[in-house]
Amino acid sequence: MFQGRDIACERGERRIFSGLDFEISPGQALVLRGPNGCGKTSLLRIAATLLKSAAGNLLWDGADVAEAPEEHRARLHFIGHQDAVKGALTVRENIATWSNIRRSAEDRVDAAMAAFGIAHLADTPAQYLSAGQHRRTALARLVASRAALWLLDEPTVSLDADGTACLQRAIMDHRAEKGMVMAATHIELGLDDVEFLQLKPQ
Amino acid sequence: MKPFGAVIARDLRLAVRQGGATFLALVFFLLTVTLFPLGIGPEPAILARVAPGVLWVAALLAAMLSLDRLFQADFEDGSLEQLTLSGLPLGGIVLAKIIAHWLTTGLPLLLAAPVLAVLLNMSDEGFAALLLTMLIGTPALSLIGAIGAALTLTVRRGGVLLSLLVLPLYIPVLIFGVSAIDAAVHGLNAKPHVLLLAALTLAAIPLCPWASAAAVKLSLE
Amino acid sequence: MSMHYFANPTRFNRLAGRIQPWAGGLAAILLVVGLYMALFEVPADYQQGDTVRIMFVHVPSAWMAMFCYSFLAVASAVALIWKHPLADLAAKASAPIGAGFTFLALVTGSIWGKPMWGTWWVWDARLTSVLILFFLYLGYMALWQSIEDGQKAAKAAAVLALVGAVNVPIIKFSVDWWNTLHQPASVMRMDGPAIHPSMLWPLLIMALAFQVYFVALLLARMRMELNLRRIRALRLAERSS
Repeated sequence: MFQGRDIACERGERRIFSGLDFEISPGQALVLRGPNGCGKTSLLRIAATLLKSAAGNLLWDGADVAEAPEEHRARLHFIGHQDAVKGALTVRENIATWSNIRRSAEDRVDAAMAAFGIAHLADTPAQYLSAGQHRRTALARLVASRAALWLLDEPTVSLDADGTACLQRAIMDHRAEKGMVMAATHIELGLDDVEFLQLKPQ
Repeated sequence: MKPFGAVIARDLRLAVRQGGATFLALVFFLLTVTLFPLGIGPEPAILARVAPGVLWVAALLAAMLSLDRLFQADFEDGSLEQLTLSGLPLGGIVLAKIIAHWLTTGLPLLLAAPVLAVLLNMSDEGFAALLLTMLIGTPALSLIGAIGAALTLTVRRGGVLLSLLVLPLYIPVLIFGVSAIDAAVHGLNAKPHVLLLAALTLAAIPLCPWASAAAVKLSLE
Repeated sequence: MSMHYFANPTRFNRLAGRIQPWAGGLAAILLVVGLYMALFEVPADYQQGDTVRIMFVHVPSAWMAMFCYSFLAVASAVALIWKHPLADLAAKASAPIGAGFTFLALVTGSIWGKPMWGTWWVWDARLTSVLILFFLYLGYMALWQSIEDGQKAAKAAAVLALVGAVNVPIIKFSVDWWNTLHQPASVMRMDGPAIHPSMLWPLLIMALAFQVYFVALLLARMRMELNLRRIRALRLAERSS
């Protein structure tokens, strides 16, 4: 179980939110809602330990995440605004690089490309991809190496209907394997049984 | 593959695919060295006298100018963020990137240096010392430079700032490197100079990745 | 009283406002006394004549150049480790003062060098080290200026200050090393002849004057920075309301 207790965020000496609690159990999805600037991205970055919370703490199965941040990072996937896809590498190389660095035990790169409908682009350098294909390559990382917690920041940006469907299927499979998802998104992901966290601008 | 090796392999592969950068550093090295005979005249004796200093200053500048590709591209496309989240300690990732940077910059400079030494008419006694000091000293350039590169990540057009931060810190490497070659050229014992240079590099190995990691973390906040 | 007692900006501002005129006044008195002694009471040196009097400005400035960098480094360490809210303020405020003293040490060293060496600049070990220290100050201040987000700039500058502090002794050592290799035999050293007791008092008074002046200036700069931050906070509050 992944919990946040009394989380607060300050950006440039301005308080964005404070006193925020959340909780995700295995297999559960938490969708963040709220207008622009209310701190959805910041909350996801705090959950990924990229940002420090101004108060409170994050707990994983009751243990403070700050005690062993590297362990926490190893069990999460973070998809941010940037794709982290290198134009000079092929689609396969892009995905394989990340699963190598994340010491993925099994080779799931092909499965990942199939899951996001980019298997036919495997040997295409990423600089020739469209924005949507670029995004799919980034999202394929989710499947290529296993991680218990997915943190998704507007994951459907530049995806078409088919791409969004691929993502939905991936999330459903992930949850079926007791994975957790925390996502900020404006559009309905069409997922059943989702909890919402409403962020209010302060 | 171990994650540490995977990071090095990734950076090397990118350097090879994108080419250019190593080649540019080498051309810059060559060009800078060429400017000196044109600036101070072609007398062989004078060139031989200034050769160690010129080679080291040019190598210093070439290494410094290649620093921006250490983190900048990865910072801009989100890869640095992903590397941070890979579960490896950030200091280790930074060290891996520094090693890749040295392999694609320091090592080629080291290999080109003897050729340029010939152009500058450096005396034969100095060549071994030149290679040895470059071998020991150029890793320190990548290590120290990484701190500057990490600190200027969020700065737009940080190139000039980077040189202001990094060049003063390069001075000890320059001094010990050149004094070792000078000693060898004059038939003196180069060992103390080489040992001091080695001490510098060894001290930089644990300290610099740590400081760079702190700066990288800052830039991602 | 805890270290955080004076962390309260209002309390600091009030206290600093009270100390500042006293420090400024004391610095002025010490400076007048010190300069009077240095210029009129100290006998001219039998070798260097009246030019030796430049020492009474040069040596204290060189001391202050080092002192300010140490202060900057300690303040940065306090800011990074204990996150004391006034520490990064103190570090930022001390840098231009230190750079000023460093510049003064360089200029007076150059002026002193002209009659001694016959040229305005000699690559003497000490002057060279001070010159490199000047570059370190410039880099530190430039980094503060180039990062827009104040908190990020504070942390980045603190990391740089600590890296610099580790490097200062190494640079000093390497420059001394370099200098002994290239030293012409007959160059007179800046330390000059052993200091006569009649010179010691004015020198110490000048050093103290510079030190107190540093305190006055530091407090003034810190208060200014605090007020700037307050203005920015008000602007932000205006915008978001």
